[in-house]
Amino acid sequence: MNAKGPVFKYGDNIDTDVIIPARYLNTQSPAELAAHCMEDIDKTFVTRVKAGDIMVGGENFGCGSSREHAPVAIKAAGISCVIAKSFARIFYRNAINIGLPILECPAASEAISEGDVVSIDFDTGIITDETTGQTFEAAPFPPFIQNIIRAGGLMKSIQEAK
Amino acid sequence: MGMTMTQKILAAHCGEESVKAGQLINAKLDIVLGNDITTPVAINEFEKAGFDSVFDNTRVNIVLDHFVPNKDIKSAQQSKQCRDFANKYDILNFYDVGTMGIEHALLPEKGIVTGGDCIIGADSHTCTYGAVGAFSTGVGSTDMAAGMATGMAWFKVPAAIKVELKGSIHRPVSGKDVILHLIGEIGVSGALYRSLEFVGEGVKSLTMDDRLCICNMAIEAGAKNGIFPVDETCEAYLKGRSQRPWVKYEADADAEYERTVVIDLDALEPTVSYPHLPENTHAAKEGVDIAIDQVVIGSCTNGRIEDMEAAYNILKGRHIAKGVRGIIIPATMAVYKECLLRGYTEAFIDAGCIVSTPTCGPCLGGYMGILADHERCVSTTNRNFVGRMGHVTSEIYLASPATAAASALTGHITDPREV
Repeated sequence: MNAKGPVFKYGDNIDTDVIIPARYLNTQSPAELAAHCMEDIDKTFVTRVKAGDIMVGGENFGCGSSREHAPVAIKAAGISCVIAKSFARIFYRNAINIGLPILECPAASEAISEGDVVSIDFDTGIITDETTGQTFEAAPFPPFIQNIIRAGGLMKSIQEAK
Repeated sequence: MGMTMTQKILAAHCGEESVKAGQLINAKLDIVLGNDITTPVAINEFEKAGFDSVFDNTRVNIVLDHFVPNKDIKSAQQSKQCRDFANKYDILNFYDVGTMGIEHALLPEKGIVTGGDCIIGADSHTCTYGAVGAFSTGVGSTDMAAGMATGMAWFKVPAAIKVELKGSIHRPVSGKDVILHLIGEIGVSGALYRSLEFVGEGVKSLTMDDRLCICNMAIEAGAKNGIFPVDETCEAYLKGRSQRPWVKYEADADAEYERTVVIDLDALEPTVSYPHLPENTHAAKEGVDIAIDQVVIGSCTNGRIEDMEAAYNILKGRHIAKGVRGIIIPATMAVYKECLLRGYTEAFIDAGCIVSTPTCGPCLGGYMGILADHERCVSTTNRNFVGRMGHVTSEIYLASPATAAASALTGHITDPREV
């Protein structure tokens, strides 16, 4: 599996309140959530994002609330992968559980700039900044988590185990 | 190698003699929790996967607290979905308008969570229950769905940070000042993926309401959980309240901690977190130039009876400053009733505040106190992120109930020892 697209770059501690503000948590519709994704820090994100684009954050990406609506909104907006220096732990679980690809890679998070075109090989964890030619390697997921991803999310993996 | 308190609880729940940091385990759950925002998504996942029973109808808890009494039609639909599910599966601990409270105040109050438990809740502040000596952590809706179906969850055993509390606390300094100070010291990602283990001679000077508040905000340092030992104060709280026998775990003498943070409670000052991160801490006395528009006293962090008492001690017989809106929200119906019985409610109303029935409402910008552009609020809640309580240019200053009440009186951020 691969991804390739231009990058939306954000800073440290991107919290779930800015990813999807709580005033929209009266809905579960991915499309409705996606329509408000990131709007409190980047009003133009939803007008610019296209299917396959990539999001890059800094430290502690997805901190704050446990709302699964946050990775759902990012995924439904079209983002194919989030790369960050580190992820807040509930966001990390939620992303895996709902099937939003994420990669922890401090070097890539530092070096990649807004608008760079980045390609990702999920099998090897190799991230290439096509704009600058730099490559980075993300730490692979432990086998236990790879099984959840392979099954297509947590619920499918527990159904398989039943 | 010895184990921490958290590691011992996790070992006991996955059937291992011992576990170590970084190990992936599948653990048995004592309690699974969700609210009116996260449960509907969990129900969808549960049903989509074709499950037709919950693992134990006495262990699944659903509390409608975020947007109730419902603020709009969509919220009402979400509550209805939870209600229908609770009826269908005969969920014993389903709390609706009239019996509900803010989940993390309600579950300890009712003795539903207890010492030695392993708990997940689809709400990030589920870490609150570490105060009663439980391993308790926030998860998302899909984890809740899997937990409801199987009674199990996977965890990576966390490494630990020891927080050693020295001296003793001096009122009006409270648990809120302890946790804000700690987050200021280690930062909002300072405990990422780790457990915060609170120990030391200072623990005994902290009430259960202090400890619940401290563990509540462990997540704001990125922690997986926060935990206190089950001591005399805790056992006195659990006695006659805990619905199940509790188990007391103690850390081994040679348990491994990545680092130790020492907090001298004797020297602790009323503390305020400035926008837009809980780590931006300042002494309350430095805030005299910061004029405010609103004060909120309540939430899963500070809506318990001692929080109401701290506010009452400052507001009784006085009036809040002109131009300040005072919103007080007892976290459970029991706290609400106790405020009436003790005369707090009357004193709050006479001071110019409103007193609402329990809701998470304003904390997450839902309703009941949304901020307009450039407005400032001193709030006893837990997050001061951009736009959290309303307009993106509004500002939230996190503080204790005493500091919030003192600030309401003066109209600017105020050290409660100065009013």
